Amino acid sequence: MKFTWFNLMPWPHLPEDFREKHRSVWVDIDSRLYDPVEGNRVYHEYMDQLEFADALGFDAMGVNEHHQNAYGLMPSPNIIAATLARRTSRSAIAVIGNSIALYNPPIRVAEEFAMLDVISGGRLLAGFPVGTPMDTNFCYGQIPALTREKYYEAHELIMRAWHEPDPFAFDGKYTQLRYVNCWPRPIQKPNPPVFIPGGGSIETWDFCIENDYNYSYLSYGGYKAAKALLDGYWEQVAASGKDESPYRAGFAQVVCVADSDAEAERLYAEHALYFYNRCLHVHLGFSDPPGYRTVKTIQAGKLNQFRAENQRLFTQLTWKELVDGGYVIAGSPATVRERMEHMIKSLRLGTLFLLFQIGNMPDDKVRNSTRLFAEQVMPQLRDIWPEWKNDDRFWCKPLETRVRPEEKR
Amino acid sequence: MRERRIETKRGIKCRVLEAGEGGSPVVFFHGAGGLLGEEPVLEKLARRFHVYAPEWPGYGADTGEEKLDDMQDFALHGWDVIEALELAARPSLIGHSMGGMIAAEMACIANAAVDKLVLIASAGLWLDKHPVPDIFAMLPFELAQALFADPKAGEKFLTGGIDFSNMDALQQFMVANSRRLGTAGKILFPIPNRRLSKRLYRLNAPTLLVWGREDKLIPLVYAERWQQLVPSARLAVIDAAGHMVPYEQPEKTAAEIERFLAQA
Repeated sequence: MKFTWFNLMPWPHLPEDFREKHRSVWVDIDSRLYDPVEGNRVYHEYMDQLEFADALGFDAMGVNEHHQNAYGLMPSPNIIAATLARRTSRSAIAVIGNSIALYNPPIRVAEEFAMLDVISGGRLLAGFPVGTPMDTNFCYGQIPALTREKYYEAHELIMRAWHEPDPFAFDGKYTQLRYVNCWPRPIQKPNPPVFIPGGGSIETWDFCIENDYNYSYLSYGGYKAAKALLDGYWEQVAASGKDESPYRAGFAQVVCVADSDAEAERLYAEHALYFYNRCLHVHLGFSDPPGYRTVKTIQAGKLNQFRAENQRLFTQLTWKELVDGGYVIAGSPATVRERMEHMIKSLRLGTLFLLFQIGNMPDDKVRNSTRLFAEQVMPQLRDIWPEWKNDDRFWCKPLETRVRPEEKR
Repeated sequence: MRERRIETKRGIKCRVLEAGEGGSPVVFFHGAGGLLGEEPVLEKLARRFHVYAPEWPGYGADTGEEKLDDMQDFALHGWDVIEALELAARPSLIGHSMGGMIAAEMACIANAAVDKLVLIASAGLWLDKHPVPDIFAMLPFELAQALFADPKAGEKFLTGGIDFSNMDALQQFMVANSRRLGTAGKILFPIPNRRLSKRLYRLNAPTLLVWGREDKLIPLVYAERWQQLVPSARLAVIDAAGHMVPYEQPEKTAAEIERFLAQA
């Protein structure tokens, strides 16, 4: 089992009445709610937490890309990943990922990921999301109906740039380059393991299965929605004739550990509610522009993570409902262990992206929860898939001889 | 109106509504919302002209929208349709909103092939000081607000009276809406400006601009911008009408167009 300690890096100072006074946390959010001086403190706190997770034995530190929002403050996850490559040398660096349809030309991603892989000594997990409509269409202006096609073309360019040893010409519809010649090249051959985070587009499943990429469902919609979706994914895997390695699937989960269940509520409830009520308050019109989801996906009736029902739900959810519905796994180490074991087996997960920092949770609570998990939950869940112990296709393969820059200090 | 189906040289099939006999040909290009079931302006024009209203790919049962990516594709598709219709004479073009943007582009490409041009609340230009509201981020009830002078009365045009509590009907509506506006987004998203303004110098067909005085989507100031770029164009402003002027004031709209097209 692989455990990634994931930090969305939310802005922790959204006002109490944010939901009433502002229509969206994303795209057109009031920039006056951001304070760069406080931002200086917040960024370092969040980066310290990622390094703390490395020290506690998590398998990876996770970052991702979002734009123009208070939900996640990493327009460029590669900047954070670069600091982690220098300040740590043990765990993997999961960049989940770069929205490759947004880079012009997308060869930029091949280059920056290669830099990260080389600097980190082969610790990169390379994520290629299509990107949320808020980021991709409304913040970065991509045409919804053409986004997916542009994404697949960018993917092809990046893979060829990593795989082909000689310069080649790329005559794409969205990118034309006479000389593609990626320098540097990644350490991991033929390429770093690829993670595709998805919100529920069924085309993405086939793409992942075909290429042996990890499909990671990044949603906060609770256990029931996740179960329905991942069951569909596993059916598709079975139908494809490929093996059913649990490492084909990843999942994002909010986790809060305390000494007791009651203590978990006392310590963490307000921060979980901050996340669900404020950080996920997205104007519905930004969440599903016509053309973004394919007809096939709409017809399949797959839940979009920001659909109207969910929005309404989030405003009314209490801590008890968050916990009972599996939106948040919280409680004593024993409770969390039991809940997670059930989730991992039932959803058939090999990789977890765990959110211990959530909403406006202060540093001491984040570390408390993280430490309890690392010491009293993680070891017991580690070997949950003994029959797949040797499946290393979906994880990075760092150099034994890599430079360990942080040790020189 | 009668209905016929054509196939273009590119291999795109589409439905064409048709009305009138014998008069000179007039081709109407609908906007991003599609043909709305009732087309009162076209019915009225058909008393005097032979009216054709082709449906853009993505707007009907036929597929083919995947063959159109950009403005050039749309404009050439417009001419492909006209070729496939085998008209008796050089047509006049009428375009509403997105249809106006494409019709103007078609006229710039082939300026000798257009008899007269009518642009109704046409998209295609951009003024930094008057940003066009973003229809792609609007919720259904906001759409009616932006499109009609009288949003309450206008709403029924948009939904066609669908029962949204019926899940199947809702899903069908979502698929259709996604195809329609997804297709429109190829030339309207994120900003409905594909640099038509630098080609408008080529327009030499007599041109009429028709605008609803209360247009909140592409406000009247855009009609002035069209006049700056096409100095010979005449402007007809219609009261008590918004962006959907042909549906809110069909009598007046049809009368203005008829008078213009009938002039020698």
